[in-house]
Amino acid sequence: MTQFLSLLLNGLSLGAIYALIALGFVIIFKASEVVSFTHGSLLLLGAYSIARLSEPLGFLGAVLVGLVITALAAFLVERFIINRLRGAPVISLAIVTIGVDIILLTELIRRIGPDILNVPHPWGGESVRIGGIGITQNRLIAMIVAGLLIAAFFVAFKYSSWGVAMRASAEDGETAALMGIRQGRVSALAWVVAGVLAGVAALFLVGSPTPGVSSAVYATALRAFPAAILGGLDSTGGALVGGLLIGLAESFAAGYQENLLFLGRGFGEVVPYVVMIAVLLVRPSGLFGTKELTRV
Amino acid sequence: MSEQTVSPPAGATSTASRGSGRSGPAPDRRGSVVKWVLLGLLLVFLLVFPLYFDEFWLRTGFAVFGAAIGAIGLNLLVGTTGQLSLAHAFFLAVGAVSYSYVSGESGGLGTRAGIEGLGLPPIVGMVVGVLLAGLAGLVFSPIAARLRGIYLGVASLGLVFIGVHVLNTWTPVTGGFNGRSAPEFSLFGFTFGNSDPQLFVLGVPFREAERLWYLGLVLLIAAYMFARNLLRSRPGRALQTLRDSEVAASVMGVNVQAYKARVFLVSSMYAGLSGVLYALSIGSIAPESFGLVVSIQYLAMIVLGGLGSVGGAVLGALFVTALPLLFQQYADVLPLVSAPGQGGISAGFAARFLYGAAIILIVLFEPAGLAGIAQRLTSRFRRGRAPARGGPATPAPEQPGSAPTPSVRPSQGSDTR
Repeated sequence: MTQFLSLLLNGLSLGAIYALIALGFVIIFKASEVVSFTHGSLLLLGAYSIARLSEPLGFLGAVLVGLVITALAAFLVERFIINRLRGAPVISLAIVTIGVDIILLTELIRRIGPDILNVPHPWGGESVRIGGIGITQNRLIAMIVAGLLIAAFFVAFKYSSWGVAMRASAEDGETAALMGIRQGRVSALAWVVAGVLAGVAALFLVGSPTPGVSSAVYATALRAFPAAILGGLDSTGGALVGGLLIGLAESFAAGYQENLLFLGRGFGEVVPYVVMIAVLLVRPSGLFGTKELTRV
Repeated sequence: MSEQTVSPPAGATSTASRGSGRSGPAPDRRGSVVKWVLLGLLLVFLLVFPLYFDEFWLRTGFAVFGAAIGAIGLNLLVGTTGQLSLAHAFFLAVGAVSYSYVSGESGGLGTRAGIEGLGLPPIVGMVVGVLLAGLAGLVFSPIAARLRGIYLGVASLGLVFIGVHVLNTWTPVTGGFNGRSAPEFSLFGFTFGNSDPQLFVLGVPFREAERLWYLGLVLLIAAYMFARNLLRSRPGRALQTLRDSEVAASVMGVNVQAYKARVFLVSSMYAGLSGVLYALSIGSIAPESFGLVVSIQYLAMIVLGGLGSVGGAVLGALFVTALPLLFQQYADVLPLVSAPGQGGISAGFAARFLYGAAIILIVLFEPAGLAGIAQRLTSRFRRGRAPARGGPATPAPEQPGSAPTPSVRPSQGSDTR
């Protein structure tokens, strides 16, 4: 029972991190109709910047600058590439983000090499026990911060003028444009927000129990893709649910590995994809995604 | 409505120029004669290539042939039918593993226990590899047929990770983490190895590399012809209509689900064959050879070559596959590129930078890819403009719209998302 609760808590905290990434993914998709395959390497960029800058700038400064760098990178991608391709088919847009991803990821992997860069989190690698359930402080803080950020996002999305503008242009871009909503600006802001979310996720993703920044972080970040797809690509709530589901599934699959040995070791890393495919079989647009209606 | 958007760009120059209506029938015929002469010269060049070039070039060539077959298959799926798939590495793996398992020996030279193999003739292994890859595609197609556009892209991403996991885990068949060796190919007693039988052609010893070169060439030509004919046939038209609009296709009597399933079948059979050739060219298989990077490389090939173009896929495969090998070979001559661990950019990285940037530029400025550029040049040449004759080697991307290039982008509004 303790093990179950522990896995549940750890799964939720991992899921909260995934939710942050998936949320960024969904925001970008809603604002500019792009499925950003760049997101994995953006996250790695954030993690790398924080790790490299924490020596000269101190932890807090490194985090701030790291977030700015990630957001700036997302902004530049939007301005110089995505914005020029407005109205292009979804597949072309996806492919161009893959191109960006190749370049960014190659450069980061080249810089990181085989090393594992350490991020000096002030909370270190210690664990806390809540009623007999162990969780690392990093994950606990991650869960709280992610919860706050996501809540703040939902409030902004609902009430702020940016949120309204974004929802309007996601609903019907043409009408929104006619009403005076500047779509370029909405889309750029969406990329910036997604970049910041990815940066925050990076900060916690490389903390304990993960050893630090290595190229393997990219693979972890990729597991947020199933989270976004599973919740429904155009549903912000879905990204949250999807993230938590994937986090839980991964945590349980890893925790009960001994009982799942017939599926092979390391099945936990694959389980997000299995869950995603299973869900898509039943609901092709994800759990909360808008169904495509075709009028003839 | 489908007629105007579906003309396959590469090689189909005669169709395209007829559509443009500018050039009369006479230059058209002259153009096709030129085309056939060029094709003949290319074929002769490829046939005598092993007599003049050393093993490095032959091995590179064989890798390109294998990759080109895979790229043609992926292009049928992504370029022609508009189904974004990142699962190609998975189907390659199915082909490669099936070949190694069916034709490999149990025990594997006694060094690695626990690896099984059926020991059947390699040709059987190759056929089984292709069929099993096709079967895997067919099994995945019900999922694929339900998903549209980008959902399919990410779902297929999942397949790659599941595939790598299986490769790592299912040791008796796949060799596990370290992989297993792939058996030498042979056909009716003629081995594609270094000896047995000894063979000399015009005084040049025909060893493994030379023999494999011809094997790859023959298979690539067959794969190319099949895809070309498929695209020009009724099913090919149906697939292109499917890309432009599923609704229009189904209204016109195209069975959408069935055609999606079939194109998945064909595409993954191509991937299976490509996987077998990959196993032959490397001589062994390992899980890391079938990861996401490989899927992305194949996507890069078809985007660079030009979506929907068979010839373009071959060009793209040449570019993406040969580039890192060339960089590696000439690392000490090229600026910036260096051998691993010497400060500069290593060959693999340099190649990745280059094709990553190429993808972005192609999507931004020339969505028809290399095939589109080539076609623009030939259509210029055909109209007999002086500047084109002067410098056909510099494919300066000119203003869009100045040449009658058919768009290979799926038409606007087709993406029902």
